[in-house]
Amino acid sequence: MAARMQQGGRPGGARFAQFKLVLLGESAVGKSSLVLRFVKDQFDDYRESTIGAAFLTQTIALDDQTTVKFEIWDTAGQERYKSLAPMYYRNANCAVVVYDITQASSLDKAKSWVKELQRQANENIIIALAGNKADLVAEQPDKRAVQTADAEAYARESNLLFFETSAKTAENVKELFTAIAKKLPIEQASQRGMRGPAGRPGGVDLGNRQEAGGAAGGPGGCNC
Amino acid sequence: MPDDSSADHEATQPFGVAPRTTDGSEQPEVGNKVGDGDGADGDDMEQSRELPPPPLPPRPSLHVPSSRPPASGSFRLSKRTSRPQLLSQPTTALSVADVHTQGRGENATATSSSASRAVSRKHSASHSGRFLGNSDSGGEDSASVISYAPTLDARLDGESLLGDVPAEATTPAWRALSAQIERDNPFETVPPESDVATLQIQHEFDEIGSVDAHGSNEETLLEAWKTKLKHFFILSASGKPIYSRHGDDQLISNYIGIAQTIISFYQGADDPLRGFTAGGARFVMLSKGPLNLVAVSRLGESDAQLRTQLESLYMQILSTLTLPSMEKMFSNRPSTDLRRPLQGTDVLLDGLADGFTRGSPSTLLSALECLRLRKTHRRAINDTLLRVRSPNLLYGLIVAAGRLVSVVRPKKHSLHPGDLHLIFNMLFEAGSVRAGGGENWIPLCLPGFNNTGYLYMYVSFFSTSERDGSGPHERPAATGGKDDELAIVLISAQKEGFYELRKMRDDLVEQLENNGSMDVIKSAIRKGHASCSDIVPGTVLRHFLYKSRGNVQFTMPSFEPYFHGLGHRRKLMSLYQTLHESIHSRTAHLKVQHCVGRDATALAWETPLFELYCVAGPQATRASLAQGANRIVQWIRREEERVFIIGGAVF
Repeated sequence: MAARMQQGGRPGGARFAQFKLVLLGESAVGKSSLVLRFVKDQFDDYRESTIGAAFLTQTIALDDQTTVKFEIWDTAGQERYKSLAPMYYRNANCAVVVYDITQASSLDKAKSWVKELQRQANENIIIALAGNKADLVAEQPDKRAVQTADAEAYARESNLLFFETSAKTAENVKELFTAIAKKLPIEQASQRGMRGPAGRPGGVDLGNRQEAGGAAGGPGGCNC
Repeated sequence: MPDDSSADHEATQPFGVAPRTTDGSEQPEVGNKVGDGDGADGDDMEQSRELPPPPLPPRPSLHVPSSRPPASGSFRLSKRTSRPQLLSQPTTALSVADVHTQGRGENATATSSSASRAVSRKHSASHSGRFLGNSDSGGEDSASVISYAPTLDARLDGESLLGDVPAEATTPAWRALSAQIERDNPFETVPPESDVATLQIQHEFDEIGSVDAHGSNEETLLEAWKTKLKHFFILSASGKPIYSRHGDDQLISNYIGIAQTIISFYQGADDPLRGFTAGGARFVMLSKGPLNLVAVSRLGESDAQLRTQLESLYMQILSTLTLPSMEKMFSNRPSTDLRRPLQGTDVLLDGLADGFTRGSPSTLLSALECLRLRKTHRRAINDTLLRVRSPNLLYGLIVAAGRLVSVVRPKKHSLHPGDLHLIFNMLFEAGSVRAGGGENWIPLCLPGFNNTGYLYMYVSFFSTSERDGSGPHERPAATGGKDDELAIVLISAQKEGFYELRKMRDDLVEQLENNGSMDVIKSAIRKGHASCSDIVPGTVLRHFLYKSRGNVQFTMPSFEPYFHGLGHRRKLMSLYQTLHESIHSRTAHLKVQHCVGRDATALAWETPLFELYCVAGPQATRASLAQGANRIVQWIRREEERVFIIGGAVF
């Protein structure tokens, strides 16, 4: 863990910050595909359901001076994993709530996730709403089940970032994550540095705290 | 029918065993075998002893003409003749005779009056228990990966001795069926059919589409569906479909309905249906609380083997839901649709089912395969695991290419092979964990460990083929097959233990890299399985399976160069299935079986310590086959600590 912290060291005036991101949404809306596109720039036409949750990291450069590293929790959408979700979003700095623009019900599910996040998660959490599978609609417009304007209006009133994305064509994927990164309190996070006390809202340091937790062995030591 | 059966017994037990024709004689024998399996066993055996299954009354409708010829002559002849020949090999210290002698010495008073084969059979069983018990008490080194090896052994090996079916063996219907299913020599009697199977297996895993809006393609799909060699269905007690390997709901709903009707008819009569044969397919049913599981196979597996497969599917469902939560769902609403809570686990069930259809040595033998490593190398890995062990770790596994490299576990908890099979299936058969390209945190229930609660499994995969710089995180997804992948699996009861176990993974990888173990593992993976002729130069053998009963592990050579492709492998596995059944079935009291057919000869050999199944070409003589078998046993004895994990890292 410590080694990974240093790799982001700040030569000169460069800023480096690390944030926790969680993906939520109904099963089969394309959460894992979005992450795979973002992290590896790949796409599988056929993807099996995520089992449990997957943990990935990706670093993006916002400008010459600013690097943001995402630690991403890609959760499984099935109902039976619902009770585990708080573990993943509890200390998250940002969340991407995904729905499928060809499935109206998936937006309802997304809304309920947004509500839960706004109630239970970090008060400063940045939430983005992503309407995925835009490629399907580009091919066959009649497949669309959620109008862009409707989702956009909802996002505005709930204070969410909003994108229609396609993991398949990579449309808006990088844009989505970059927009999140830009809204994150990078200045604050990188000033506090990697060794500052963690656990505050907007806090970023996962490594140190978790090491302490590991040593203590107590369940409270974990910050997932 | 009675005549036939006694002739059968005569043949299989030349030393005058009391035929197990009545329930009365069955009971004590089972008790005897169990009673000596002391040590850490206990519960499972206890249960099977306390719950003698109710005898099935004979079903007159199933009476088969008694003129049915007994098992083929060459079959039985070889049983008789090959045994002495093997025993006479001076190199085989682990012979049945030795075991009997020892056993008799210890139990002299109890059984000295009888010198029958039945007694020696009991002795060998009791000796087996004692041997395993000793190995446990003999220190950690000799303890197996699974500390309660005897129980495990009994579960599956013992299944034939004290499983839930013995009563069946006494009914004429069963005998008729078993004569039909088990005694057929696949080489002599089935070639045309097995060739069909060989052809069909190529398409066995092809997807059957879904019925279109007008149902116009239903006929075609149904045809495709019917050509499948194997089907698995799971339905709820109220008849709701839960899982089917092939075909969508619309296509199969009629069949689910029929299955439900048949099953509930017999359940209503308090006489649950266990299996039947129809149209060249064997149907086996398993009822587990609120679930009914059905296997339909045209691959010639025995009922016990099919039932083991169904058990495994059931374990997978428990692994997703846990037993109490599943029972709660059904007690709240008997008409619960279990597909919803199980959503997304089809791939896991499919993975298991297809593994069974392809034929997996691991399932057949209920044992695990290990990566072959030098003893010192394995010890170094074990020591590293113990050094970096984090406080909340329950089990830690290093798995390479589907084979176990090392295990770390608490002294008082062992790993159930069935649980490990579920984990391996999740990691290597279902693609999602492997393809994710990251790390995973998976809640799962390991039913063999505890079927009431969840554990949490940290999984980190890395490819062993690319060797430069890029750490485990940067593993490119979807490269390489499962053959070059290394997984570190760390299991904890702590729901929030992810970061702790992740740190342990980092430490472990770092130390393994530093002390050179990682390179050792990688080169062992690259080497793959040795071929038969590398192991025993100049042998006639083409393939073998060797199971060490004490360690609940097996080893085998590469399928190449003789068995490539699905069809050939399936054929080989069918042969192993037959051999396995022939020495495990309740009616057979064989220690050695030699089997000659058109395209292969084979030998099965069972002792309390091991089971060995060898296959050679059709021209191989019995002597050369026996010689090959002996040389494998010698090789194993030399290599035992390399091919098996003996003990593992225990804390």
